[in-house]
Amino acid sequence: MKMKTLLKKIFLVDLLTGLCVTFRSQDPKKMVTEQYPAARPKIGERYRGAPRLNTNPENGESLCIACDLCALACPEHLIVVGWERNAQTKRKEMVTFTYDTSRCMFCGLCEDACPVDCLELTQDFELANYSREGAIWDRQALEEGPKPAKYKY
Amino acid sequence: MAETYLDSTELVLNMGPQHPSTHGVLRVVCKLDGEKVLGTDCVIGYLHRGVEKIGEHRTYQQFAPYVDRMDYVAAVSNGLGYCLAVEKLLGVEAPPRAQAVRVIITELNRIASHLVWLGTHALDIGAITPLFYCFREREIILGIFEKYCGARLTTHAFRIGGLQYETYEGFEKECLDFCDIFLPKTDEYEELLTGNRIWVDRLRGVGILNIDDCKAYGVTGPMLRAAGEKWDLRKAQPYSGYEQYDFEIPTGEFGDNFDRYMVRMQEMRQSVRIIRQAVAALPEGPITAKVPKVIKPPVGEVYCSIEAPKGELGYYIVSDGSTQPYRVRVRPPSFVNLQALSKMAQGCLVADLVAIIGTTDIVLGEVDR
Repeated sequence: MKMKTLLKKIFLVDLLTGLCVTFRSQDPKKMVTEQYPAARPKIGERYRGAPRLNTNPENGESLCIACDLCALACPEHLIVVGWERNAQTKRKEMVTFTYDTSRCMFCGLCEDACPVDCLELTQDFELANYSREGAIWDRQALEEGPKPAKYKY
Repeated sequence: MAETYLDSTELVLNMGPQHPSTHGVLRVVCKLDGEKVLGTDCVIGYLHRGVEKIGEHRTYQQFAPYVDRMDYVAAVSNGLGYCLAVEKLLGVEAPPRAQAVRVIITELNRIASHLVWLGTHALDIGAITPLFYCFREREIILGIFEKYCGARLTTHAFRIGGLQYETYEGFEKECLDFCDIFLPKTDEYEELLTGNRIWVDRLRGVGILNIDDCKAYGVTGPMLRAAGEKWDLRKAQPYSGYEQYDFEIPTGEFGDNFDRYMVRMQEMRQSVRIIRQAVAALPEGPITAKVPKVIKPPVGEVYCSIEAPKGELGYYIVSDGSTQPYRVRVRPPSFVNLQALSKMAQGCLVADLVAIIGTTDIVLGEVDR
């Protein structure tokens, strides 16, 4: 037994078994590295990324009913909803909507709170900005969604 | 501390806070005699964000995302502990399906946490290869998390009273596929490390912490089990339906670095066993218990602890009957385990200190909170 361990040590058996594992994993078919941004990653359907305010596809009107529930649900208090009462319909209408993505931790509590599926966290994940002010999204930015740079290869 | 530096053989050296092997912003003040460590002193707080204080100014639901940011490599366990504590305070219990899904997700997270530990710890010792393999397998788990709850790291997967999300189509299959892929991979890691002479020499007999010291310091989790104590909260105080599952508590013998490594490797295999059982017996039914929209627990206090990947994670919540907790106190496993560093490091070499910090498996987000 002692001879065997000694021989194993001399012939570097322990190190060679490790090397075997390394060589086995070098098959190009087993590559797992993603080639972002040349290849886009597949994002989960429920992914909580950039926020978006949904609009009615037929007439382009916002679905928001200015109920303020998202602002109340937010742990960071980063949503500010500005609204006016429509004189004819007597209903509240959202006028301004500010969403500070720099403070957002994407917990999803705001979209859970939204009763009309207006505020939604989407699969867009490229939120980089050149300034802090650029990270504060207004109503227009939220309705149009982020416009990340497209690269050509 | 030495009076003069030139005449004395003793030297005070700072390891960290910017040091790749302290796994974050830990500063260890070491007193050295040549290469030998005479004593260490941990300076923590560089990552202090006041999570407990934030909890006093958030409603019960709003605080849930913050606890994910303590131990960020095992965010799901943090969330589970918090949800269980509030549920205990409210006197509700999650329905069976929610409990089973919680077990699956938490055990997947335990594997992910141990994989990060194994990869980074091996990297500290000098074995670079396992890091890439560990992260390759961890990626599959994170993919499941992303599909299930929409986030990869700070998941916010569970809600008070149950779950927010129903499992997606193909969830069971993906979990079982992962189990099938993962089990041979654990053998692969062991092939790389367990027999390797450098690995064994660096770990065996270094950083010994025996049972009595573990108990004196309050050390829990794999570190306590490596010392030989069969203590696992999943068996001792079953929560979330863990009593239904058949698994073993792996233990070590000497309580040194190598035993801690072996215990964690075995734990990953046991987690796979639990996931397989939980997926096979996934019950149908509702995923949330009846919880009011505005959570106002009765006046009282509660302590609830779970077995997180790093040890006993406890939440102590005091309620004054309002919508916000009066006080939230977290008992983080990393913080308590780190206290034993000085005891373990005495008499070892500076290079061993890196190995000891590695097998303690600390996450500074949890130590500092």
